[in-house]
Amino acid sequence: MSTAAPPLTALEASRQPQPIRKRRRPIAPYLLIGAPIVVLLLGMGYPLFRQIVTSFQGFGLAQQFGADAEWVGLDNYVNVFTTPEALAVLWRSLAFMLVTSFLIVGIGLGIALLMRVVHGWVKVFLQVTLLLAWATPVIASVTVFRWLFDWNNGVVNWLLVRLGFDGMAGFAWFSTPFTFFVVAAVVIVWMGVPFVAMSLFAGLTQVPDEILEAARIDGASSTQILWRIIMPLVKPVLSIVLLLQFIWNLRVFAQIRLLQDGGAPVTDTNLLGNFIFQLGIGRQDFGGAAAVSLVVLLLTIVISAPYVRSIMKGDSK
Amino acid sequence: MSAVTPDIIVDPNVAKATGLPVVRERAKITPRKRATKWAFSLLGLIVALIWAFPVYWMVLSAFTPNAQLRTTTPQFLPVHATWRNFEAIFQEGSFWPALRMSLAITGVTLVAVLLFAFLGALAISRFRFKGRKSFILAVLFIQMLPAEGLFIAQYRMLASTGMLNRVWGVSLFYTAAIIPFTIWMLRGFVAGVPAELEEAAMVDGLSRTRAFFKITLPLLMPGLIASGVFAFLQAWNEFTIALVALPANSANTLPLWLRTFMTASVARGVDWAQVMAASTLIAIPVIIFFLFVQGRMTSGLVSGAVKG
Repeated sequence: MSTAAPPLTALEASRQPQPIRKRRRPIAPYLLIGAPIVVLLLGMGYPLFRQIVTSFQGFGLAQQFGADAEWVGLDNYVNVFTTPEALAVLWRSLAFMLVTSFLIVGIGLGIALLMRVVHGWVKVFLQVTLLLAWATPVIASVTVFRWLFDWNNGVVNWLLVRLGFDGMAGFAWFSTPFTFFVVAAVVIVWMGVPFVAMSLFAGLTQVPDEILEAARIDGASSTQILWRIIMPLVKPVLSIVLLLQFIWNLRVFAQIRLLQDGGAPVTDTNLLGNFIFQLGIGRQDFGGAAAVSLVVLLLTIVISAPYVRSIMKGDSK
Repeated sequence: MSAVTPDIIVDPNVAKATGLPVVRERAKITPRKRATKWAFSLLGLIVALIWAFPVYWMVLSAFTPNAQLRTTTPQFLPVHATWRNFEAIFQEGSFWPALRMSLAITGVTLVAVLLFAFLGALAISRFRFKGRKSFILAVLFIQMLPAEGLFIAQYRMLASTGMLNRVWGVSLFYTAAIIPFTIWMLRGFVAGVPAELEEAAMVDGLSRTRAFFKITLPLLMPGLIASGVFAFLQAWNEFTIALVALPANSANTLPLWLRTFMTASVARGVDWAQVMAASTLIAIPVIIFFLFVQGRMTSGLVSGAVKG
């Protein structure tokens, strides 16, 4: 049959002075990326452009009655960094991002390491449950946790009372900012750990067995093997998942919004995304909302730069 | 099984130096080591149960009568299992329009994403052209951008063109948000099909189009399916953009519908049984599809660090 023919003819084709591909090079790729670029420009480029323009405009009462927006220069940006409300939201978001990210990566690393030393069937069981949690849609996850932390019939309060914390009977978790963020962190950690644990476990399986065996024969203790051999080898994966966590835990609008429905004091529990929503949709202050949005976008780009760089390195090989 | 398993271990360094295989004995499995292994396994089991519990609780509550959920002591095993909660949801008028809306938006997004992402992936993996690097860079950064960073501007864009509460408006934003990652995901698949294969078919007499449909496309199917499932999951689960782009209750997608459904019942005490049944309905297709693409998504996200 002709199984041997294709590679041969391909080779011949590549020897020809003017291959087909070469001639087509100038236009074909641009035609191909043209379509996705148009979609990106329409769906993101144009809104982004409008947003930049809007961020230099003021929207007050007059504009709500149809007057044209007026130019206010950098006022909106100044407000982001000077009004107490905006500053509180900014710091709260950064703190929440840092705490949840380190919790997720810490717990995820713990579970990944644990998966290496447990019995095979426990490992499979762990992987299945992690996948289940990971697959559950945000809306369903948050809704379940609202049910778990329900003040009246929630399992968590029931369990705490059983454990001897009598004061927790009928405790309304969503009513104070601190306990609100405790629940929010629990939800986000529950949803975030599976990805980290699975990625790190995948990274750990890349550590060659011969190296570990050699270290063991040379008399290294388990602790030494962990810190001197395993950790340095998984460091690249570890830093990537940490960066991704920073980026993802900065955008937790949906989770916070859905938890706020449980009766939380909105102004004291807003994170950046929710603050933008409140400014833009609630107060119709489009200029302020645009300025905060751009700060968020800029922050995201700064945090993702190292991630993108490492991915690009992987591409060029 | 014996506790001591003698094994031949070839130390690569020694073997290289001496040219001889080195025989060693694997470390003995002492009773103490076995005990630690069981302790770790027990810990692993507890962690697994903690992670599984919310999902278990969601499904269990979905099959429990609400009156049962309101008793002071929770019931951890299904004793009064019932379909009543699901029936109530199906009979409630607002579920079906929301399902239709979700299917319409997800369908449009899915087709658009596959088409545009495929074109993009073809360009960056088959051609080296001026601007390729910038395009990849832009794609990678765009996939990181949070929906919250643009949604007010997107809302205003729709509002000024009368596109609020319409399928097309949201679908455009979904498509734009999802194609960057899918281009990145498909790129590997396209690169995996050598262009020579297609060229060879052309030398053998097929036209470029036919060579593409006969040779390249079938080989790309796994990648297209994985990307399609990914796009489906994103569009199906999306909440943030939907919240601003579909403000009318009549235009609710399923996630928005669940929220409306829950807040509507807050005043008279949430009917958690029905809410959990609704959550289960939304989650089940997602969980099933997710298991298909999980591997691809992970490797796509950390491909720079984990080399397969």
